[in-house]
Amino acid sequence: MVPLSTFLDLTFTGLVIGAIYSLFALGYTLVYGVLRLINFAHSEVFMWGSFGAVWALTFLGSRQGMAWPAAVGLLLVALVVAMAVSGGVALVVERIAYRRLREKNAPPLVALISAIGASFMLSELMGLRDRIAGWVGLDGVLAPYVRQARENTAFVNPLPNVTVLSVGGFEIRSNQLIVLVGAIVMMIALDQFVSRSRLGRGVRAVSQDPEAAALMGVNQKQVVQLTFLIGGLMAGAAAVLYLIHIPVTRYNVGFILGIKAFTAAVLGGIGNIRGALVGGLVLGLVENYATLVGLASSWKDVVSFLLLVVVLLFRPTGILGESLGKARA
Amino acid sequence: MRSIVKLAAPAAAAALLLAACGTTGGDETSSGSASGSSGGDCPEGISIGFFGALTGPNANLGVNINNGVKLAVDQHNAESGACQVALKPFDSQGDQNQAQGQAQQAVGDSDVVGIVGPAFSGESKVADPILAEAGLVGITPSATNPALAENGWKTFFRVLGNDATQGPAAATFITDTLGKQKVYVVDDSSEYGKGLADLVREDLGSADIKDNTIQTGQTDFSAVVADIRASGADAVFFGGYYSEAGLLLKQMRDAGLSSDQVAFISDDGAKDEGLITAAGVEAANGAYVTCPCLPPDQAEGSFVEDYTAAYGTAPATYSAEGYDAATILLDGIAEGNVTREDLLSYVASYDQPGVTKQLKFDDQGEPSAVSVWSYKIEDGQIVADQEIGS
Amino acid sequence: MSTDTAPTPRGSTRASRPSFADRWTALPRPVQILVWCAIAVFFFVLPLLNLPIVSTPDAEFGAVLATVANYALVALGLNIVLGYAGLLDLGYVGFYAIGAYTVGVFGSLHGQVNWFVLVVMAVTISTASGLLLGAPTLRVRGDYLAIVTLGFGEIIRITALNSEWLNQARGITGIPRPPSTELFGLPSLLWDGATAKVDLGEGARSVFLKFGLIDAVPYYWLSLIVIIVVIFADKLLQASRVGRAWEATREDEEAAELNGVPTFRFKLLAFAMGAFVGGLSGALYASRIGAINPDSFMIQLSMMFLAAVVIGGQGNRWGAIAGGVVVAYLPERFREFADFRIVVFGLLLLLLANFRPQGLLPPRRARRARRADEATTRLEGTEEGARA
Repeated sequence: MVPLSTFLDLTFTGLVIGAIYSLFALGYTLVYGVLRLINFAHSEVFMWGSFGAVWALTFLGSRQGMAWPAAVGLLLVALVVAMAVSGGVALVVERIAYRRLREKNAPPLVALISAIGASFMLSELMGLRDRIAGWVGLDGVLAPYVRQARENTAFVNPLPNVTVLSVGGFEIRSNQLIVLVGAIVMMIALDQFVSRSRLGRGVRAVSQDPEAAALMGVNQKQVVQLTFLIGGLMAGAAAVLYLIHIPVTRYNVGFILGIKAFTAAVLGGIGNIRGALVGGLVLGLVENYATLVGLASSWKDVVSFLLLVVVLLFRPTGILGESLGKARA
Repeated sequence: MRSIVKLAAPAAAAALLLAACGTTGGDETSSGSASGSSGGDCPEGISIGFFGALTGPNANLGVNINNGVKLAVDQHNAESGACQVALKPFDSQGDQNQAQGQAQQAVGDSDVVGIVGPAFSGESKVADPILAEAGLVGITPSATNPALAENGWKTFFRVLGNDATQGPAAATFITDTLGKQKVYVVDDSSEYGKGLADLVREDLGSADIKDNTIQTGQTDFSAVVADIRASGADAVFFGGYYSEAGLLLKQMRDAGLSSDQVAFISDDGAKDEGLITAAGVEAANGAYVTCPCLPPDQAEGSFVEDYTAAYGTAPATYSAEGYDAATILLDGIAEGNVTREDLLSYVASYDQPGVTKQLKFDDQGEPSAVSVWSYKIEDGQIVADQEIGS
Repeated sequence: MSTDTAPTPRGSTRASRPSFADRWTALPRPVQILVWCAIAVFFFVLPLLNLPIVSTPDAEFGAVLATVANYALVALGLNIVLGYAGLLDLGYVGFYAIGAYTVGVFGSLHGQVNWFVLVVMAVTISTASGLLLGAPTLRVRGDYLAIVTLGFGEIIRITALNSEWLNQARGITGIPRPPSTELFGLPSLLWDGATAKVDLGEGARSVFLKFGLIDAVPYYWLSLIVIIVVIFADKLLQASRVGRAWEATREDEEAAELNGVPTFRFKLLAFAMGAFVGGLSGALYASRIGAINPDSFMIQLSMMFLAAVVIGGQGNRWGAIAGGVVVAYLPERFREFADFRIVVFGLLLLLLANFRPQGLLPPRRARRARRADEATTRLEGTEEGARA
């Protein structure tokens, strides 16, 4: 029997990592909802955002144990930079990997290959940033940003990590709380944006029926760009929350996380924003609960994939079904 | 073709080193007409190879080793009247499929008389039989799987202790020196990490209260940390590499398992600055790593200074072993052993002090003098602690 | 529909000038067979020619060719699943791993079975696992199949990594090689600039027919023979009722079902055929390399296989082979790019997808369909013109 505190511990930490999956999964879900395509390059959008945050803090000279207001300010700047970088990269991906193919009505598989190509490039360019800086002759100036490009780069979180709640061996730390609350707030804001704003209506219209939407005067190209941008912004936010939880990043950090996030999106019902939230949280919990039945941590991916298969067999469109168009219940 | 100016003064040699690593390197054309200082002949284009991952996901380890090898080659070539030796890269990306092609390439290249590598145990299983069949000596700086030496490959040598020396020493260190009796053993399911952790588990006996396995590349260890806490362990041993070790350590400390309560001990794969990068200076404080290698101040020569001057960073995991392995081959060439056959028998009877240990091999190619040390992390530095076994 | 690389969509010149394919079909049968034989012979002697430019300077050419042939075979198998039946399989590496592990487990780790029996076992087990995986998951809608199969590939790898019976990360060594005889050394060419010298097989590297450690050429030949057999089978299959059923399923599943095609059963068949070839190539891979471990079957390999089929032109067996060659050969040929190989490869995928979406060698059907499309646009154009 596991003690209750362990169970609570697993539940809470599962929700924390699950919240990150959820936020990351939005990019997959939104693009799929609108274009019916798997955006394979989304993992690199996340990775670039994480570097945006790391670089911003390095530039601003972040260190541990700063005063509260300064630390919060720094973290917000990092958040904005990460979201801007991720959003920008997402738009670049849309431009170089998708637009031409969409205009030509190419089959979805070709778009997938195009995205895989873009993903390889984006990840390797980050992994080679020291070499590239060397070519341009800036490796001296940029040393703190580019050195040891294949290794982990540390994110110096200026906020102290204090215990918020402690009950009988079960503890909640401030960093965990920030991640969980931050992710859920972002998701609610996005859900409201898509279901209430004019632009959000456009996104839903296109995902429901692109042709009808076009006839009704929705600018499809703009909607697609907006979709990529929102997905990117959310990935940037996810990257900062991830770094608060796990304070290092590297050029290939997106790959495994991307697969998890994509699994979460499908689990919840791809194309559905609330589905991404549910899918991410469920995935995070299941991964942690695998420990309860005595499985080693290395089996957790097997458990989550088996869960996915079972869910898809009984609910072929995921837990909440796929309906970005009908997001407003 | 006499294009390379030979420099005698050590200061000038150091300057040459710096220049050499500023450019690409690896393809220095040697002017082989030099008459070797110790009288032997010196064929044009004579080369040693580095076999390991220079690109791809495991490149970080391979590049560290290659830097050590390159330093040794550059120093050798800069010596006055030295037989100019080229360094050829055999980049396997740590992948077995590529390892086969690269091993066949190395074997087919008659300029190559010796190999530093293969770097990893997995690729060694593919490449070493090929080297053995062709009689091409391969000194591995980093493949620690004990079983590799038991295949009867006459060309197999390694300059570091295998897991079977480190495992028991680490277990004794944890139970006797640190006095911990409830150890939680985690491995990263890699051949190296799992192999070593299994040996530690065996030697800990009843002091090993619980096991867990993670995946390489995993970053979130909250379930493991929760389990460690629930198990009431007073020490954690991690078998694996620095990235996962650092993140696990960080998450343990974040969850309130302080270093007084739960000691953290890892292995030579974690003895790298990357451990501190991943864990952060604060969380890394007080952690231990064991390593079958001598602390730098015990070693002769100026390896650490030279390496730092050449690459701008301190030697990383296995850089020193790479340097040692290359030095053995280069010494052999300097003494006129310029065929594969001669060099192989030279290596088998080698007995000289190296940077990491006394370099001497037993008949299986294992180093015969290995001392295992523990290192402690203090204020972001990995400092030597004590000798824990030999 | 917009046009791509075709210079003139007007079509009048096009109709008067027969395409390469048309001219080829017009050739008499014996000539065709002769040309095929010549091509086959060329590929068989390729590793002995050491052609400048073509040969890889920084990697043993025989080994590269063996890898290339392996990729080509995998691409042929995946082409059945992806190109013919239109099923997006991101976990194809799983079948490859099953084939390789079967040979390893029963040939070295837990048995000493004869090599030929091993290969039969490998394809049987991988085909069975294809059926086992396909039966539940092929009912899942098309797009979801991608993530489910991706999960399958990972499950296979993680299971191998974690189960004691499969030797975990240590993997399997001493995998049996095909039985060999040593008859004679083979002559090969040595090039000095543009002149070739013949090296008459004294102490030659390639011995006929020794499946050894040093020389990968016999393995290349073995793969080549298997490829030729698979191509024949593939040709027969595609031209049969099965091939037409696949095409119908791929183009419009509901319409096919309504027309009496049992689409599920045909999809399952495609999946099983793909698994068969995947397992076969895995078995050949394992007996060439001699040692495998779970790291040999990372998910990235699935992406490479997929890229091979799509780059080559899904639905065309020659395209799949060409794609396999591109994916496996180019990185080895241009080793001097070293670090930048993957960036260049990514760029190549991006450019090919964008500027040649049908792949290097689009299937004939696509060409036919394109012509039909063009005809439709022409007709519609005139219609509009008439209306105006």
